[in-house]
Amino acid sequence: MKSFDYVAVTKPADAVRLMEPQFRFIAGGTNLVDLMKYEIERPDRLIDISRLPLDRIETTDAGIRIGALARNSDVAADPAITRQFPLLAEALLAGASPQLRNMATMGGNLMQRTRCYYFYDATQPCNKREPGSGCGAIGGFNRIHAILGTSEGAAKTQCIATNPSDMNVALSALDAIVQVTGPKGTRAIPVIDFHRLPGDTPERDTVLEANELITGLDLPKPAIPGKSYYLKVRDRASYAFAVVSVATRLAVENGRIQDVRIALGGVAHKPWRIVEVEKNMVGKAATEETFRAAAQQLVAGAKPHEHNAFKVQLAQSAIVRALQTVATS
Amino acid sequence: MAKKLIGDPIDRIDGDLKVTGRARYSADMKRPDMVYGVLVMSSIGNGRIRSFDTAETLKMPGVLTVMSYGNAPKVAGINKNKPSEVATDRVMSLFQDNKVHYNNQPIAMVIADTFEHAVDGAARVKVTYESQKPKPPLPAGRNNTFTPERLPRYDDQVDTKRGNLKAGLSGASTKVTETYTTPTQTHNALEPHALIAYWEGEKLTMYNATQGVSGVQKRISELFGMPKENVRVIAQFVGGGFGSKGATWSHVMLAPMAAKLVGKPVKLVLMREHMFGMVGWRSSTVQKMVVGTKKDGEFTALSHDTISQTSAFDEFAEPAGTISRMMYASPNMESTHRLIRANIGTPSAMRAPGEAPGVFALESVVDEVAYAINMDPIALRLKNYAETDPHKNLPFSSKSLRECYQQGAERFGWAKRTPEPRSMREGNELIGMGMASSIYPVNRAESTALVRIKPDGKVQVETGTQDIGTGTYTVMTQVAADVLGLSPDDVTLSAGDTRFPESTTSGGSRTTASTGSAVTQAAQAVLKQAKQLAYKDKRSPLFNVAEAEIVAENGRLQTKSDPRQGETFVSLLKRNGSKPLEAKMLSKSADEKDNYSLNAFGSIFAEVRIDEALGRIRVSRMIGTFAAGRILNAKTARSQILGGMIWGVSMALLEDTLIDPRTGRVMNPNLAEYHVPVNADIEEIDGFFIEEKDETVNPAGVKGIGEIGVVGSVSAIANAVYHATGKRIRDLPITLEKVLDYR
Repeated sequence: MKSFDYVAVTKPADAVRLMEPQFRFIAGGTNLVDLMKYEIERPDRLIDISRLPLDRIETTDAGIRIGALARNSDVAADPAITRQFPLLAEALLAGASPQLRNMATMGGNLMQRTRCYYFYDATQPCNKREPGSGCGAIGGFNRIHAILGTSEGAAKTQCIATNPSDMNVALSALDAIVQVTGPKGTRAIPVIDFHRLPGDTPERDTVLEANELITGLDLPKPAIPGKSYYLKVRDRASYAFAVVSVATRLAVENGRIQDVRIALGGVAHKPWRIVEVEKNMVGKAATEETFRAAAQQLVAGAKPHEHNAFKVQLAQSAIVRALQTVATS
Repeated sequence: MAKKLIGDPIDRIDGDLKVTGRARYSADMKRPDMVYGVLVMSSIGNGRIRSFDTAETLKMPGVLTVMSYGNAPKVAGINKNKPSEVATDRVMSLFQDNKVHYNNQPIAMVIADTFEHAVDGAARVKVTYESQKPKPPLPAGRNNTFTPERLPRYDDQVDTKRGNLKAGLSGASTKVTETYTTPTQTHNALEPHALIAYWEGEKLTMYNATQGVSGVQKRISELFGMPKENVRVIAQFVGGGFGSKGATWSHVMLAPMAAKLVGKPVKLVLMREHMFGMVGWRSSTVQKMVVGTKKDGEFTALSHDTISQTSAFDEFAEPAGTISRMMYASPNMESTHRLIRANIGTPSAMRAPGEAPGVFALESVVDEVAYAINMDPIALRLKNYAETDPHKNLPFSSKSLRECYQQGAERFGWAKRTPEPRSMREGNELIGMGMASSIYPVNRAESTALVRIKPDGKVQVETGTQDIGTGTYTVMTQVAADVLGLSPDDVTLSAGDTRFPESTTSGGSRTTASTGSAVTQAAQAVLKQAKQLAYKDKRSPLFNVAEAEIVAENGRLQTKSDPRQGETFVSLLKRNGSKPLEAKMLSKSADEKDNYSLNAFGSIFAEVRIDEALGRIRVSRMIGTFAAGRILNAKTARSQILGGMIWGVSMALLEDTLIDPRTGRVMNPNLAEYHVPVNADIEEIDGFFIEEKDETVNPAGVKGIGEIGVVGSVSAIANAVYHATGKRIRDLPITLEKVLDYR
């Protein structure tokens, strides 16, 4: 780990003002400190934002606003969250370990970086870590990698990394909105647009600018209330990243789908949602046949690699299982 | 009623120290002026170092020096750094040349005033290489094998033949031929390898996380070319070894070399990612099994051919076929061991080396035979039960495997199993039940112990063993207390230091059999002295009482017939000059191994629940039943067994060291991506012992229990997976995609 300077701030405006390209914000540090130990992040200075007054969970007319610094464990245990958005609580509790959740913040979790083996090893090529160096995962170990939305063109931009967060998958299905402040003022970014596909710039996980600070998350009340479920398939029962996960919300009346959201984790560079597929399900019977058809459409065009071909089938089975679980609950 | 000593579930004597953080492990020690070493590791798998650029590092605050092949002290005994007959003596990387044999090999050490400065400095060292393509490990290179010089245990042959395999197979009505593969596994003890080394003139002291203080003392002294007496090794507490701390690896030499170079004490703690390669691992294996059987299940032929991998510069062969030679009474049996060379760190012994992967293959193929001829798996095993050791052609000193099957089956509820695969289901889950035999040979090595009865009646035991987390310290006090009729509270143990009488390495489940026998014999010898003293002492109530008539109970010597006739050790010693009595005994095997086959046996029953749509595998129940001689402490013994069985879950379902064949680099060298079970993975699990009174096996009457738990557990789970799904997984680990139901 490279030696670094440290400064703590008490106002969001100070955090933004002090930010420079070689600096990093730190809150819970559960991912950043690891990345610094592995020499993947080598900031000159850490700006400690953990004391900013951004840790509240407030009920608003439109839904719930969660401060960016609210801890994962506090959000998962909050009565308003568990009552109105149990999907988020389930996803949070499916992630990491209690010790990590006690430290990890909501804003930090949004910014969590991939677990790709080649990203984590500074001696290996990785276009995400070192643009233009190539992709070690293609032709290497890629069981945990993406099957959808990958970047497989020129060697200098290839990337098949996944976003490892459970929380992000739930937020995607909940149509959450990320509140951001920066030198040009504040902006609100729907979470489905916040994370991005690798494209030609796999080094960028999100659309957040370097000097922007996440201040909070808005969870809008759904227009049609329904039920939800977070299904996580992983290699061991706890403390493992999702091989595949599904966050789903479903409203059914008289056997017909009124509203539905399906977000997939572990399959792409961002939580995978196809709004068109969800729209097409509305009005259809809430049956396995409908679910299976939707699942097929969601993974259409999947491009697996040597070790992750099973994810194409597994993702579909998980989608069907998650929807069935909600439909019959 | 007097407190029973042997077998009692006594709490660990070091339990309080450990849970309150007062137990001081090697890395917790401090020395005045101590500096910190951090290793620089190679990032190529094969080739030479062309140059180091250390300019930036040397300019950094607090950095003392960078030790590499350019400036490392020359090792006087370097000719000893070669492939050895001793399984724990491995070839080390000691910065004596610029060769790179594997990726993540230590090539330099940055030494600085603080750990942080050393870490930062190590990351700034730039290395240029002349790189060659690395030779990949298994499964590549399977056609390029050679015959190893030897197997790790000196009395195991590399290849064996009994009867006529071909004839046996031609007489079979059913023949099963299958290949089983296991991945490279990495030990990953909780405590990283760590040491502090300092010189006082010609004398070297090391606090070292090791499974064998005396083995390290011997190896380090021969490499430095100095007398053994000048090297002191201390390991008061060790946070797990599992084999990886059994050998003396490179860092154990590099730290004292660095201490010599900078003239200060050096502390070196390996990072987790450094522990994937340079401190041993369990080789990947490819095992071809052939079984021929008659209609009634009688085996006519059995063969077991193993390929494992070794490094480019040393030789260690995973002895996977040794159990197949003696487990079943097949008249015709052949086994071979072959190796391939790869650019990897040298494999080494890992918990149940050979037995764990070998019995996975053996007990899987036996299960396959059971299905092939439609016979109950237990009945098939009983049909081929070896009443005597068919390989050594010797009787067993004791064998209660039949009872292990029977009691295990009852506890588990084997009778409720419907034999047909895929026949048991609950909701979304298929249920499978599987069983397997477990076994572990009894190893024993020379050990010395000293037992002293002090004038205050308290007892001091000294022996150079070490407690690697198994409960050795507790059990040794129990053994001495038992012989001398005392409470373990009256016994103090001094161990974990080469200042004490030499004892064996804690490996191969041998500590209690070896050091426990030494403590038993030393305690018996000192008791004999006390009895003789009383016999000759006119003022003793035991004057002229024959030794055989005197027993030691409740801190007293007394006659068998009248407990009131006797006296305490205190009064006896007080009258006789208040001098302590002491005896030191070197304990070693006699001819028991020539006349008997010595083994612990067990049965494992496992239930799995599998959600095929999601590939989710749960080990919902596991019952282990073991016959391992005398059990000295029911509590520490059960912990050993359960720990072993959990390793079985780990090996069956999770562990896999991902070595990229393109680079020879481990891609998951951390505990987030190298999976071992967490608490949530372990559901109902229990272990039981069948008490055996075996007076032949060794003076302590014990068989090792450190490794037998893992041995059968792997195949019991794999067999349960087959019963649940009808899918026979022959390639470990059994990850979710292997049982996924494709629709």
